[in-house]
Amino acid sequence: MSSDQLQRLKPGQSPHEPEKATLEGKNKFLGFWFFLGGETVLFASLFGTYLALNGPESNTSGPGPAELFGLELVFIMTVILLTSSLTSVYAIYHMKNLDFGKMQLWLGITVALGLTFLGLEIYEFYEYVMHEDHTFTSDAFGSAFYALVGFHGGHVLFGLLWIVTLMVRNSKRGLNLYNAPKFYIASLYWHFIDVVWVFIFTVVYLMGKLGG
Amino acid sequence: MSTATAQKKGFGATLWDYLTTVDHKKIAILYLVAGGIFFLAGGLEAMLIRIQLAVPDNDFVSAGLYNQLITMHGTTMIFLAAMPLIFALMNIAVPLQIGARDVAFPFLNSLGFWLFFFGGVLLNVSWFTGGAPDAGWTAYAPLSTTSPGHGVDYYVMGLQISGAGTLIGGINFLVTIVNMRAPGMTYMRMPLFTWTAFVTSVLILFAFPALTVGLFLMMFDRMFGANFFDPQMGGNHVIWEHLFWIFGHPEVYILVLPIFGLFSDIISTFSKKRLFGYSAMVFAVVLIGFLGFMVWAHHMFTTGLGPVANSIFAIATMAIAVPTGIKIFNWIFTMWGGSIRMTTPMLWTVAFIPSFTLGGFGGVMLAAAAADYQYHDTYFVVAHFHYVIVGGVVFGVFAGLHYWWPKFFGTMLSEKLGKLAFWPFFIGFHLTFFIQHFLGLMGMPRRYWKFLPNQDLDLGNLVSTIGAFLMAIGAVIFLINVIVTSVKGEKVSGDPWDGRTLEWSIPSPPPFYNFTQTPLVRGLDPLWIEKRQGNGKMTPAEPLGDIHMPNNSFIPFVMSLGLFIAGFGFIYQVDDKNWLIVGIAGMLITLGSMFVRSVKDDLGYHIHKEDLEKGAGSE
Repeated sequence: MSSDQLQRLKPGQSPHEPEKATLEGKNKFLGFWFFLGGETVLFASLFGTYLALNGPESNTSGPGPAELFGLELVFIMTVILLTSSLTSVYAIYHMKNLDFGKMQLWLGITVALGLTFLGLEIYEFYEYVMHEDHTFTSDAFGSAFYALVGFHGGHVLFGLLWIVTLMVRNSKRGLNLYNAPKFYIASLYWHFIDVVWVFIFTVVYLMGKLGG
Repeated sequence: MSTATAQKKGFGATLWDYLTTVDHKKIAILYLVAGGIFFLAGGLEAMLIRIQLAVPDNDFVSAGLYNQLITMHGTTMIFLAAMPLIFALMNIAVPLQIGARDVAFPFLNSLGFWLFFFGGVLLNVSWFTGGAPDAGWTAYAPLSTTSPGHGVDYYVMGLQISGAGTLIGGINFLVTIVNMRAPGMTYMRMPLFTWTAFVTSVLILFAFPALTVGLFLMMFDRMFGANFFDPQMGGNHVIWEHLFWIFGHPEVYILVLPIFGLFSDIISTFSKKRLFGYSAMVFAVVLIGFLGFMVWAHHMFTTGLGPVANSIFAIATMAIAVPTGIKIFNWIFTMWGGSIRMTTPMLWTVAFIPSFTLGGFGGVMLAAAAADYQYHDTYFVVAHFHYVIVGGVVFGVFAGLHYWWPKFFGTMLSEKLGKLAFWPFFIGFHLTFFIQHFLGLMGMPRRYWKFLPNQDLDLGNLVSTIGAFLMAIGAVIFLINVIVTSVKGEKVSGDPWDGRTLEWSIPSPPPFYNFTQTPLVRGLDPLWIEKRQGNGKMTPAEPLGDIHMPNNSFIPFVMSLGLFIAGFGFIYQVDDKNWLIVGIAGMLITLGSMFVRSVKDDLGYHIHKEDLEKGAGSE
């Protein structure tokens, strides 16, 4: 294999699933699914911690979840991130058709949406810290909130850096059997981040508003 | 790098080779050497503990130092000795047993090792910078969050780094076993060691992230002002106990399951019989792995979770005795009627069965939640877990090293010295720990610095200390064996034990590409089938062709070094914020290495068919 893997793939050629056409690709594909299994436990532990520390007894200073959260902003963030998941599906659809240009375009839109999400999250945190006295060190509720949502935000940042790196690195040479698995697992990672956010939206924000 | 050549290398070249290697057999040796050194350090700490407890009211070490010794003994032995030694065995054997040329991710294999290594070194640096961690290997909050100095900070950073390495190693073995098996090597034809390595890797994957989160929370509390475990600020220290044991209980199965598999292989080989109840053994391993996640709160019976939770976890714990019993019986039935050879690996194995069973009895006793209120935090617990970990894992590592030494180094450990090491260790082990059950039942608490005279504890503790010295003698004889064997350097054949599985079908040590041609597997114990029904050699599954091999890389070392440096930065920014620069610099080294790894093509190289015919790589 090896250097054949670097041959540029063009639309209309085979294989249809370039990400799984080589043994290395198959290994990456499977290994990354396993890794996401481990990540699930990581976020589950953070969710467990948050659920143990979001009650009034852990909220010794500053406002509680019901007063603190504004659903408007979080709703917009959710829509943006879910849309970015959809655009990354389009990117992978074009990857499977070996259409590199369109893949790059949709990945670019994904990155733009991801950046918007991250910007809004930073704005949200800024408001909490500067105007609501809700900080990482103010009480256990604050620690648990920023640990969970911040870990997710860190994942978003890492995902953005990763996708941009891949896009820039391969912009000249196009799609080949060597980099197709890399694009594919980056998109898996992006979907995973999205799924986690759905749970954060539900458990942290919606239930926070309800539970008071 | 297109042609492989075998040539004599100088020390510098050899060192560079090991720093950059991605070959699973060399990484196995790295794990063995590093794990061995940490095992000696942990053993030394154990000896100091036993000397302190040899006589009542002793002042051999101070109370503070004693706390550091027990903490570092536990942490070192579990994370830095047992884990890497298991990884050494898995690395040397799993790819060979399934007929693979390497693991699925050779680069990650190397990264996993270096992360573990730098994490372990970071943890041990604490001895020289003002004191080691002193809150017990379980590091319960609030003892750990309020412990003065930087000891516990080193614990947090060291384990975080080495834990990441372990997680990477686990994923690597999972993919290797799923994707890299030779033609005909179906799941139900895999040797038991490979099966247990698989289940252990699943446990690593789902258990270690809980520790990762626990350590992050501890790090945030201790170093960045968070309040997860501080009740005054609304925190809850029971969260640490849960996270630690959600990881911690599967961890003991992570350690012992590969050993179960190894013993299955050894018993089958040295009884010259197919393993009794192969499918029941596989089923039992999977069931133990599954139940292993359902029992963590049995470490917390006295925390106050309530009678319902305690009952559920008590029953789940007792249920594990069933699949374990299946395994014990199947080992005995495999030996039954076999033509048994009492080699050194077999000796350790036969000694393991009753020793481990005793440990299991203690486990079932501890599982009875009501009775546990009496046993909790006494020497009864200490006796129990040393029976399963030393009687299981350490015996197993000795057995495995004797068994696979030819695959590591191409030489055989001396049988005479091997047996000579066994007896003092075996007797010393029972002398040390059996009596601790009774010390515990008489009320001697664990982790106490000293005990008072004339409370019926004097004799038992003295006996225990004498036993510990016997174990040390056994370990030293083993080391002498290693030295003598390496100095002699007598090469052995590929199949010195008359083996049954694929690793014995290739030379000792194997060429770096393992199999010249991938073998065709025709059933369980594939080599044995060929010995009985074929010409004694594996039938190739492919014509002789070019072999694709991965390139060596120095990046894993640099990536891990970055985290090592960052660890110091995060620890000392508590005293002086300028240290944050060091932390960020370290993180940049690591992220930069990841970036380089991502953008640089690494396609590997080929060993050409013509060179293989000329015998490239074989020694």
